[in-house]
Amino acid sequence: MPAVTETLETVQSVTQSGYKWGFETDIEMEMAPKGLSEDTIRLISDRKGEPAWLLEWRLKAYAAWKEMEEPHWAKVWHPPIDYQDIHYYAAPKKKPGPKSLDEVDPELLATYEKLGIPLKERAILAGVEGAGAEISAAPGIAVDAVFDSVSVATTFRATLAKAGVIFCPISEAVRDYPDLVRKYLGSVVPVADNFFAALNSAVFTDGSFVYIPKGVRCPMELSTYFRINARNTGQFERTLIIADEGSYVSYLEGCTAPMRDENQLHAAVVELVALQDAQIKYSTVQNWYPGDAEGKGGIYNFVTKRGACRGARAKISWTQVETGSAITWKYPSCVLEGDDSVGEFYSVAVTNNRQQADTGTKMIHIGRNTRSTIISKGISAGRSNNTYRGLVRITPRATGARNYTQCDSLLIGDQCGAHTVPYIESRNPAAKVEHEATTSKIADDQLFYCRSRGLSEEDAVNLIVNGFCKEVLKELPMEFAVEAQKLLAVSLEGSVG
Amino acid sequence: MSLVIDNLHAGINGVEILRGISIAVPSGEIHALMGPNGSGKSTLGYVLAGREDYEVTEGSVTFDGRDLLAMEPEARAAAGVFLAFQAPVELPGVGNANFLRTALNAIRRTRGEPELDAVQFLKMARAEAKRLHMPDDMLKRNVNVGFSGGEKKRNEVLQMALLRPRLAILDETDSGLDIDALKIVADGVNALRSPDFSALVITHHQRLLDHLVPHRVHVLAAGRIVRSGGPELARELEARGYAGLAAEAA
Repeated sequence: MPAVTETLETVQSVTQSGYKWGFETDIEMEMAPKGLSEDTIRLISDRKGEPAWLLEWRLKAYAAWKEMEEPHWAKVWHPPIDYQDIHYYAAPKKKPGPKSLDEVDPELLATYEKLGIPLKERAILAGVEGAGAEISAAPGIAVDAVFDSVSVATTFRATLAKAGVIFCPISEAVRDYPDLVRKYLGSVVPVADNFFAALNSAVFTDGSFVYIPKGVRCPMELSTYFRINARNTGQFERTLIIADEGSYVSYLEGCTAPMRDENQLHAAVVELVALQDAQIKYSTVQNWYPGDAEGKGGIYNFVTKRGACRGARAKISWTQVETGSAITWKYPSCVLEGDDSVGEFYSVAVTNNRQQADTGTKMIHIGRNTRSTIISKGISAGRSNNTYRGLVRITPRATGARNYTQCDSLLIGDQCGAHTVPYIESRNPAAKVEHEATTSKIADDQLFYCRSRGLSEEDAVNLIVNGFCKEVLKELPMEFAVEAQKLLAVSLEGSVG
Repeated sequence: MSLVIDNLHAGINGVEILRGISIAVPSGEIHALMGPNGSGKSTLGYVLAGREDYEVTEGSVTFDGRDLLAMEPEARAAAGVFLAFQAPVELPGVGNANFLRTALNAIRRTRGEPELDAVQFLKMARAEAKRLHMPDDMLKRNVNVGFSGGEKKRNEVLQMALLRPRLAILDETDSGLDIDALKIVADGVNALRSPDFSALVITHHQRLLDHLVPHRVHVLAAGRIVRSGGPELARELEARGYAGLAAEAA
């Protein structure tokens, strides 16, 4: 039997044996009735105590959405989604804060434990009264855990507050920093930008808000753990990050989700705004439930992520490691408005079994001497399909603009697909655009070469895949690099290596 | 007795290539395997190392009494079998040092020996590279990527030196090498010589055998061993060519 076939079988047996992070938390939920209407939106807005302008904004998005059609240009397929068969609001029932961890719902704690959240942080996340104070001085990562739709708690607020950094659930930001939210919300991704962004704008329930003041280098990595946790609850996160002039922030987003049978819709929107000389580094490790080996279940991840470099020399850098979800539809993009601004996109997308990924980026060069770099690594195994789709647009004003794109695909087995769809539009003769693409297979002779040196087949695949992704993995912050390698090992060891 | 090949028949895609090979390579001995192109020399190397595309239809191979054919390729490596590839494979993005350390530690693990950390390993690897007159930067580069033909072969010798096999199979490692590089290959094998080490050296050239005096020389033609003898057999071949020998065998 050829080595690759055997690997795949090994891998499939591992995958089928179970999704490692597939657990479900049974917590009392308050849910809105199924379906989407103006009433649902009014209910969400009311539950969150929102100002009138935001309700109007939502209703405008809803009106636009009703007129729009689900996009079908991506190389993915799914059965029709019944948007009226989804709960658009679910929140853990509010009780007065527990006095100690003993009073916290053990299910919730167990979830945190499975997520690997340190004990002290668990207390804060669970909302234990007074738990935050003692560790506020600890260096490290600030976590704003989104437990389903409501941000349960935010940590490290004190350290951040000292630096003037605002890091809080977006619902709180609406209340506490309405001017900032109103100024920037929807300014990068307008309410009617696309079908899923319009849906998100209408019904988003929570997400994170970050503001870094002028000249401030955020003193720690910011991190959010998103979890999809309620049965049949679509999750609509809304994230807004603003880096004021000369500031810097690195934001880490990591995801795991419980195992379940029904497909779940996830349509998040992330907006980044980098003003003059500001830098935003946004890193994602996405490991949502991909469905079983036959393609049953799994998350539909239809996300709109976009950043705007609004001033000269601003820089936005996206790094993503996408291993999960049944379907990924995601194009983190940069609008390079400021002169000399820089956009970067580093991506590893892994698909196995019946997973489908259509992901890439858009680099819109508007300012002079704007530069962008795109490095995309797609890995397909099983019967999956993996598509890179990217747009590089050079507008007439963008004299001296430069882009470098590299798209590499790695195939494992002979039943998967890799596709590269680059769109290049240059309307300025003084711009330079480079595109390189390769497609390769993990060859039997590579595996045999490694095995003849003593490596197990699984280690061999791992080594080859990690080598293939190296240029992207090295862009991840240290905190994520290890987790990402582990994920590749699990989903690729379970799917490739 | 170290390696015993008995009446080995093997082929690929239903075509028989090895048609009943019997060779015994005792511990401490170096044997040369010569023969015209397409006679099955590389196939024998692959079959001994465990490449799965090849199907063994008859015969047996034992290594120190263990059934080699029943073992996975990585288990053979752990048992001390090493194949220096005729066409070493490229591994893009995989650092040579990282690859070698992963391999060495995998073997050490199965042998119950402690693993080497990066510092210990690099010290050892640099020393070996120096001994083989190889530049340090070969350790930093990606496995065989962008290597010249000669560099790839030397990299195989470096791997052999680090993994310290008990049975080395060299598949035309000397082909395409200049005289200096050829000497490095010979030195690499000679350095491993011990009562516990044996080697099967596949070559077309007498020149390598001048540096690496073999105990025995076997000639393979059309999947069979047609002659075996001492080192003088190689010199005879050099003078008369395979054609004369094949005519004699027929």
